[in-house]
Amino acid sequence: VCIHRVRSCSSIRFIKSKYVCVFDKSALKFSHQQRLFRTSAVSCGQIVQFKLSDIGEGITEVTVKEWYVKEGDSVSQFDSICEVQSDKASVTITSRYDGIIRKLHYNLDEIAFVGKPLVDIEIDASKGVAPEEDVVETPPMSHEEHTHQEIKGHKTLATPAVRRLAMENNIKLSEVVGTGKDNRILKEDILNYLAKQTGAILPPSPKAEIVPPLPKSETVPAAPKDKAHRIPVPVSRPIVFSGKDKTEPITGFHKAMVKTMSAALKIPHFGYCDEIDLTQLVQLREELKPVAQIRGVKLSFMPFFIKAASLGLLQYPILNASLDESCQNVTYKASHNIGVAMDTEQGLIVPNVKNVQVCSVLEIASELNRLQSLGSAGQLGTNDLTGGTFTLSNIGTIGGTYTKPVILPPEVAIGALGKIQVLPRFNGKGEVFKAQIMNVSWSADHRIIDGATMARFSNLWKSYLENPASMLLDLK
Amino acid sequence: MVLQPLLKNCLPLSGILRTPKAGFRSTTSGDLIIQSTSNDVYQNLAVEDWIHDHMNLENRRVLFLWRNSPAVVIGRHQNPWQECNLRLLRQKNIKLARRRSGGGTVYHDLGNINLTFFTNRKKYERMENLKLVVKALKALRPQLDVHVTDRYDILLDRRYKISGTAAKLGRTTAYHHCTLLCNADKFVLSSVLKSPYKGLKSNATPSVPASVKNLFEEDPSLTCEMLLDAIAEEYATQHQIDHHITLINPADETVLPGIRNKTKELQTWEWVYGKTPKFSVSTCFSMVYKESVLDVKVDMDVKHGRIEVCKIYLPEQWLPPALCSELVKSLTGSKFCPDETTKLATTLLRVCPQDEELHSRWNLLCENVIMLM
Repeated sequence: VCIHRVRSCSSIRFIKSKYVCVFDKSALKFSHQQRLFRTSAVSCGQIVQFKLSDIGEGITEVTVKEWYVKEGDSVSQFDSICEVQSDKASVTITSRYDGIIRKLHYNLDEIAFVGKPLVDIEIDASKGVAPEEDVVETPPMSHEEHTHQEIKGHKTLATPAVRRLAMENNIKLSEVVGTGKDNRILKEDILNYLAKQTGAILPPSPKAEIVPPLPKSETVPAAPKDKAHRIPVPVSRPIVFSGKDKTEPITGFHKAMVKTMSAALKIPHFGYCDEIDLTQLVQLREELKPVAQIRGVKLSFMPFFIKAASLGLLQYPILNASLDESCQNVTYKASHNIGVAMDTEQGLIVPNVKNVQVCSVLEIASELNRLQSLGSAGQLGTNDLTGGTFTLSNIGTIGGTYTKPVILPPEVAIGALGKIQVLPRFNGKGEVFKAQIMNVSWSADHRIIDGATMARFSNLWKSYLENPASMLLDLK
Repeated sequence: MVLQPLLKNCLPLSGILRTPKAGFRSTTSGDLIIQSTSNDVYQNLAVEDWIHDHMNLENRRVLFLWRNSPAVVIGRHQNPWQECNLRLLRQKNIKLARRRSGGGTVYHDLGNINLTFFTNRKKYERMENLKLVVKALKALRPQLDVHVTDRYDILLDRRYKISGTAAKLGRTTAYHHCTLLCNADKFVLSSVLKSPYKGLKSNATPSVPASVKNLFEEDPSLTCEMLLDAIAEEYATQHQIDHHITLINPADETVLPGIRNKTKELQTWEWVYGKTPKFSVSTCFSMVYKESVLDVKVDMDVKHGRIEVCKIYLPEQWLPPALCSELVKSLTGSKFCPDETTKLATTLLRVCPQDEELHSRWNLLCENVIMLM
């Protein structure tokens, strides 16, 4: 079963005895033996010195700027090996052979010479040594011309375009049945071979031409009106998934977040949720939006939520406090620096609006605009990102109703706002009306905050938002 | 002649017919002149990549004409920290791009035109292309004193550089592209191409600074459109094809399948910054804190744009040593990027002892370290 793979290798006996020494007979039964056997077959391959080919313009030396491979990597013909530079020209050097890289002749930034060896490649012995001249691979020749290809002793007739199509799809021409004259392999033969393998319609590549439809027997029988059934369903084919797991180290900002979140979960959290009727606020904002626009400010709901929270914190300052590490002291922070969770490419950041207790709603809105544009440009400063005392997260802009937010140390409370939904509710007269409902989920540090305090703060915040006019009474 | 004013700044000029792409890939098999309808540097660089990777250039040559809104373009193997003022770029919202060809750093804006000559690998000939450009300029304005140097620059009046060149060679195809200064903002150009970063040591390709001048300064009647058309006309004549420019929209996935991914790749941090050859930063700075001045020394090794090794030397006990080592540990492996470092430093502060004095010292140190990036 294994022997046919090494038929061109002269040292069969040597390998066989080596194999027997290393493994016991029971190993012969397992499928992985084939892989191991093949590895030892490859070690008797030929080492070819791949020389740096002519760059043009009479250039004799270049600088090696980047290696795309390292010793031990396997490469295929046309894979990129390295990038060299010569006098403002950057050149990608690609491999002429299939094989394994055994030696890199230059380090980075060293000068490489045209005509001298660049890398040593160990070629699979059964394939033999490729010719020195460049193999023509993107032929523009007409379809009348064709080239022969020697593969494992068989002559395979195929036009250059067909050979290219096979190569692009990693197909060995020797495995395709040719239906043309003299068993020539035609384009249809390649496409049929591919169709049988994947059982689906091939996506067109930029150079390929239109794909012929699949043979009728493979399409799922369906109502002719139903367009969705044009794509045939693969029927009992072995599903081949060649994806690999990818492991990356956690660095920088993510590493810092890991630390913060681990510390956060040491805080005993309790949650408190409620529903807010924002019908009046929605109307108020609609009226105020153009006024704010004239003053150069984009007005969202957040400035109202933030200001209402600050008014609430004036009554319940424990929620704007901080507990020291030893849990011996509570510091009541004078400033209400309310953080607004912001979603960026790298993840969650929380810039804060400073001193909300002395800011008007418009000033808060303006500051939010500034933070948002800096955030999306990746230009927030340290001052914007530090000093927060209380946080609001408007996750509702993405979605969700109730959540379980995590407190950001050294704070002691956080609120997460769900999306605003139009829902039916009863009014004072018992009639059903359309209400704009938003859910809020608070989390607080149970070491210094009790449920009653959280509930009362939430009720106060809720009352300000459900009846915005009441905010006027308490504005400073 | 029917002229289609698809470009915003397109002036109707006789002799050159512009049409939007229709069957661009498969129409004729002769040489082609194409022009981008976009001013986005990433999209236009992506078109170059696309043509290089997907067009069959065995028997066909292509001239690609493009212009970009303000951007700094560094060469394949260059170090952006060495080449330009990244802080200023961020402030002014000027894009930074890394091209795939070699060479030095250039500043692009709408007053600069870019020309890319695509050929098969064997027909790669930069001198010929530049001579074509000079011929076109002289045909347009015979009194212009322009010539090609042996460094492949084009000089005006034997002194001022008006064009720089770079090239990319692949397995079967090659391209040579160059800039041409018509009416670029020289003030912005010189300020963004001056690096403020000190103590950098690297093997990256350095740029060779040159005095530049706009052709517009020599002859105020010249515009970018006129230059583009003159060059296209000369190309058409020399290549014996029609005076016909095909317009290409770099956002059109149907004409250029896969272009969106190429555009995206050119914008990734990993490409723009991560491809910087290994370099080291070794510098000192002074910090003023409450009427005392402190000297800080920083040594960093940066590979693939990430901090491999980080050393910060501070006066003893100015910050608790545990905190210092925490900062250094977090910076190691992190991107050499001001935004990443800001987020990292401010997030770490959350799990530090809550001491205002400590926080202000930490912020001061971090802000200064961030200035190095």
